[in-house]
Amino acid sequence: MSPSPAALPAAELTPVTNPRPPWRQRLSSWDVRTAPYLYIAPFFVLFGLVGLFPLVYTAWVSVHDWSLLGGQGEYVGLQNFRDVLTNPYFAKQLVNTVSIFLLSSVPQVVIAVVLAALLDSNLRGRTVWRMSILLPFVVSPVAVAIIFGSLFGDRYGLVNQLLGGIGLDPVLWHVDRFASHVAIATMVNWRWTGYNALIFLAAMQAVPRDLYESAALDGAGRVRQFLSVTLPMIRPTMVFVIITSTIGGLQVFAEPRLFDETTARNGGSDRQFGTITMLIYDFGWQLRDLGRASATAWMLFLIICAFALLNLFLLRRFGVLGGER
Amino acid sequence: MRHWQNGRLALSVLAALSLGVMTACGGDGEASDADGPVTISVATFNEFGYEELIEEFNASRDDIQIEQVKVGTWDDAKANLYTKLAAGSGLSDIEAIEGDAMPAILAESDAFADLTDPELDGRWLDWKAEAGTDADGRLIGYGTDIGPEGICYRADLFEKAGLPTDRAEVAGLMGTWDDYFALGEDFVAKVPDTAWYDSSGGVAQAMLNQVENPFETDDNTVAVDNADLKAVYDTVTGNVEKGLSTRLAQWGDDWVASFQNDGFATMACPGWMLGVVEGNAEGVQGWDFADVFPGGGGNWGGSFLTVPAQGENIEEATEVAAWLTAPEQQAKAFAAKGTFPSQVEALDSPEVNEASNAFFNDAPVGEILANRAEAVTVQPYKGPKYSDILQAFQAALLRVDDGSQSPDESWDQFLTDVEALG
Repeated sequence: MSPSPAALPAAELTPVTNPRPPWRQRLSSWDVRTAPYLYIAPFFVLFGLVGLFPLVYTAWVSVHDWSLLGGQGEYVGLQNFRDVLTNPYFAKQLVNTVSIFLLSSVPQVVIAVVLAALLDSNLRGRTVWRMSILLPFVVSPVAVAIIFGSLFGDRYGLVNQLLGGIGLDPVLWHVDRFASHVAIATMVNWRWTGYNALIFLAAMQAVPRDLYESAALDGAGRVRQFLSVTLPMIRPTMVFVIITSTIGGLQVFAEPRLFDETTARNGGSDRQFGTITMLIYDFGWQLRDLGRASATAWMLFLIICAFALLNLFLLRRFGVLGGER
Repeated sequence: MRHWQNGRLALSVLAALSLGVMTACGGDGEASDADGPVTISVATFNEFGYEELIEEFNASRDDIQIEQVKVGTWDDAKANLYTKLAAGSGLSDIEAIEGDAMPAILAESDAFADLTDPELDGRWLDWKAEAGTDADGRLIGYGTDIGPEGICYRADLFEKAGLPTDRAEVAGLMGTWDDYFALGEDFVAKVPDTAWYDSSGGVAQAMLNQVENPFETDDNTVAVDNADLKAVYDTVTGNVEKGLSTRLAQWGDDWVASFQNDGFATMACPGWMLGVVEGNAEGVQGWDFADVFPGGGGNWGGSFLTVPAQGENIEEATEVAAWLTAPEQQAKAFAAKGTFPSQVEALDSPEVNEASNAFFNDAPVGEILANRAEAVTVQPYKGPKYSDILQAFQAALLRVDDGSQSPDESWDQFLTDVEALG
């Protein structure tokens, strides 16, 4: 804030003809007040363009008959939503999505925290170990899906041959609903566990070392230190990772689509592993009905919001892994 | 787990890059005057066998240059095509369309230029030209290849089962579907670990291509509850218990692996499939190709070149499409990649007629496919929903194959699926 002329000592009074503060002063005050907004503006402008606008526009499309090729048709209110809800596959693919999400996210977070804790200790060649767990993340998900798809082949896949080798029956990875979810979750975990472990590792590095020293003086062992010092200290990171993996996990698309061997690629012969995003794709680009696709997309958005809030609530309510009573 | 966002980011980067590339090598349309050649982009999928042809064309012309945009599969090409048709811009000057998808494209024929040209009358087999013509009689697709079907078989496995192995003798044993399936039952009794054919889906598709109205009536009413379709369904699903089918999804990983594991002894082979078999069965000895198809002739697949109306060089694009689909060019494409020509004159050309294939025991594939093309009598009616319904039908067969449902349950679900197509 520039001082107003009235507040200035009399000796320094500017001529009455120009009661306004000099140009440079006004510029700098203006700068102080508005610059922060300008600095953060690019994000919000970009978000408005690529986030908010599509969201609103999708809602607009979802209340119309809207063909991919024919374009906008007439206003139909909530008919598209009704059509999707009564579609026999919607509920099934929603359950698949949640199931794959749980099978991938829960083990992923647990393994990532344990991995990070191991990497946080005094290993030889620490950097090499830390870099190497990120390797799966660098490989394109398409390549991962192709390799895992052939590992999990129902008849000639390596996994079933190993199972057969120890006298077990082959698992029908593409037919049995639960088995297919496990196979897909494996691909997701393979790709994301190392990535999340590195985020946890960064959080662990920030934990003050003297806390561990005091804990050790009090006679806490390694495990006790991990449970009572490390976990509570990395809770904010935990919340971040869980929320982001919820958002990503409920949108799983590439892995199940590439795991699929049917011509339609809708997630197996009976949609055993079709997800909600695959249903959006099916409506929009295979059946060329953007109205139903947009309605499905909006419902997915609401479902993700609900899940994220539920996560937040649970984390607040119980603390992370019982770290704090 | 932010792969979706990453995917989107990658996509937008890709889009930005490709936009940059487009504008960089763009200016197409601007330069139709005397200041440089017009570049015509041709979007194809799989293998059309055009690489050398395009070089030849570009060397001989200084007013037009062709540029090929290749993608891996029709599915990728289709997603791109529909999205950009919807956007009203961004398509190549010439877009290749897969034959079974053509009816759906014909329903949107306003988005494509009319390529009718009296000079080209009679260039294609009648039914091929018809399949590229919309309801108003506008020809919007120039035929590239067709998919006349013969039977690929493993002579070594035939011998193991005590069946004849000679091409002509084998052809004599499979004149009808009943003969073919009966022979299969003999075969699987003798060689129990090997199925008779590659997939239920492949055989069903071959049988459907001999049905007049598989899914839709001539006025585009969906009618899947018809006797012909049910008969195909019942026959194919009935064969599953008899052990004739590999029970695998065609094109899947296990299906590809079955070529290397003596998974099956025969399959329905359109011309373009010969290359697929050769690729998947690399190193396997004993493949041969018989000049026969159960139930007469059958055509599976084959493509078209279209010129989207949104393009800026429609005249030049039409000229290029006409040149690429001329008999002499398609004969060369056949020599390159095995895509069998749809042009009447090409069928008599030496490049086609004298072609043989070393992998298939030196079978005279050119002559056999020409005979098979002549044997095609029925052209199934395919309406705008054909390929959507076909996908649902393939899934229904697969549910029986993989044991997740009984034939009756799966049929009922197929009817529901078709209902839900909207």
